[in-house]
Amino acid sequence: MSAILAVLQRDLMVVVRRKSEALTALFFFVIVSSLFPLGIGPEPGLLRKIAPGVLWVGALLATMLALQRMFAADHADGTLEQMAISPSPLVGLVIGKIAAHWLVSGLPLVLMAPVLGLQFDLDAGALGVLMLALLLGTPVLSLVGAIGAALTLGVRGGGVLLSLLVLPLFVPVLIFGAGAVESHIAGLGAGGHLSLLAALLALSVFFAPWAATAALRIALE
Amino acid sequence: MSKQLTNWFRFASPQTFYPLAGKMIPVFWVLAVLFGVAGLWMGFFVAPTDATQGEGYRIIFVHVPTSWMSMFIYLVMAGWAAMGLSLNARLSSMMAQALAPTGALMAFLSLWTGAFWGKPMWGTWWVWDARLTSELILFFLYLGFIALQASIEDPRRADKAGAILALVGVVNVPIIYFSVTWWNTLHQGASVSINKSPSMAMTMLWGMLLMALCLWMYSIAVALTRVRAIILERESHTEWVKQLPETKVEVAA
Amino acid sequence: MNWNSAAEFFAMGGYALYVWGSFGACLLAFVVEPLLIRQRHSQAVRTLRRQTAAEQLEMENP
Repeated sequence: MSAILAVLQRDLMVVVRRKSEALTALFFFVIVSSLFPLGIGPEPGLLRKIAPGVLWVGALLATMLALQRMFAADHADGTLEQMAISPSPLVGLVIGKIAAHWLVSGLPLVLMAPVLGLQFDLDAGALGVLMLALLLGTPVLSLVGAIGAALTLGVRGGGVLLSLLVLPLFVPVLIFGAGAVESHIAGLGAGGHLSLLAALLALSVFFAPWAATAALRIALE
Repeated sequence: MSKQLTNWFRFASPQTFYPLAGKMIPVFWVLAVLFGVAGLWMGFFVAPTDATQGEGYRIIFVHVPTSWMSMFIYLVMAGWAAMGLSLNARLSSMMAQALAPTGALMAFLSLWTGAFWGKPMWGTWWVWDARLTSELILFFLYLGFIALQASIEDPRRADKAGAILALVGVVNVPIIYFSVTWWNTLHQGASVSINKSPSMAMTMLWGMLLMALCLWMYSIAVALTRVRAIILERESHTEWVKQLPETKVEVAA
Repeated sequence: MNWNSAAEFFAMGGYALYVWGSFGACLLAFVVEPLLIRQRHSQAVRTLRRQTAAEQLEMENP
């Protein structure tokens, strides 16, 4: 546990010192979400319809942008290898890194979403569902994305390959996340979609760290 | 008993498997052709016209087999990859590598034939329902597997990384299979199940099953052919490969 | 027998484009795939022969 917190604290400190990197994901999310209403036109009915999808796709792409950062910097300067041979279990360190990634690239999206949702004329209830869905979904993106990041560590063309690898795994999150908001707006209630998101979260919390750790060991051999 | 076991494990080495595969390939091609002829005969000349869909329904005789194969090959591929990962067996990983392109092709054909079936029946080439979406995801999983292995230089690392990816994606296959029961969507529900009697004419069912067997035999033949090429590529430094009749170079006089 | 004439068979009750578009794509795929593998195999063999020849040359002229 202390190892997880130690890694978490360290990664956050690194981010604080290099703020620009961390803010990339957030800025991307803001820009993408703001450009769509400008491009599509101000009709509120149409905007309300596309809002869940646009916001979720923005969140997805923003997370994907930040994924490579998870292990790349530490791999380049040898810190990762030190972590692998340290007495602390590697999976704990991986969990710490995933947590740091989510706090920096996922949680800000959750907090920013209501503000951006206002641009699409979403009402308070829909905004609430959106926040909850993002809260459940963005950790899944970080967890599953970590597997992709570990698999493509040090591989040439890594960024594009990483996106290709994690995209099929992200799609269910996108479908249920956007679906939750859409079904709330339609008056059908978001319970089903949110439960599925929660199930995805539970599954990925249990399996993703192990898969990412195994992938990391393979990459470090 | 133990002698039999050791005999089978002999074929776990590329050197012994290469000629064995070479002998098996023609057998599977013959089986594929036999099942294919039988299936197409049933499908076109025995199975009657459908009441609601007319002759258009006959696409089922390629659509369902390719869909089944795309899922089946993924499971087999993941199984071989897992074996290669856990037992550190090169040949198992090579089998997974050999299956991937065929599986991707099956997934593509499933989507293609599905679109060609959907256009006359549902009025649209594509719809984002659960089954189609998850089959598309399966196609991308195959592509990701192939791309990942292609971009990693070290073959053993490529094998192991691919195995992790394949295993993570396995969860998609039951989703495809059960999607039609979990979600009430446009794609029709399951007509064939293990424990219930089928809800379609016997001749149609037989046509489908024979075509599925045909594609299964084809996939094995093609995968074995491809794995032989992969063995030649990856084992090029070994003596036995250099001594093969097809690669031997006559000594200059 | 389902068809009264070859023309009927090819027309597929009006669904010709869809039925033959599907079967045609499959046939094409199952012909092209083995050909591509055969090409890959011969390329591997060619590479190996070149390698062996090069090694032999090296051995003769150290």
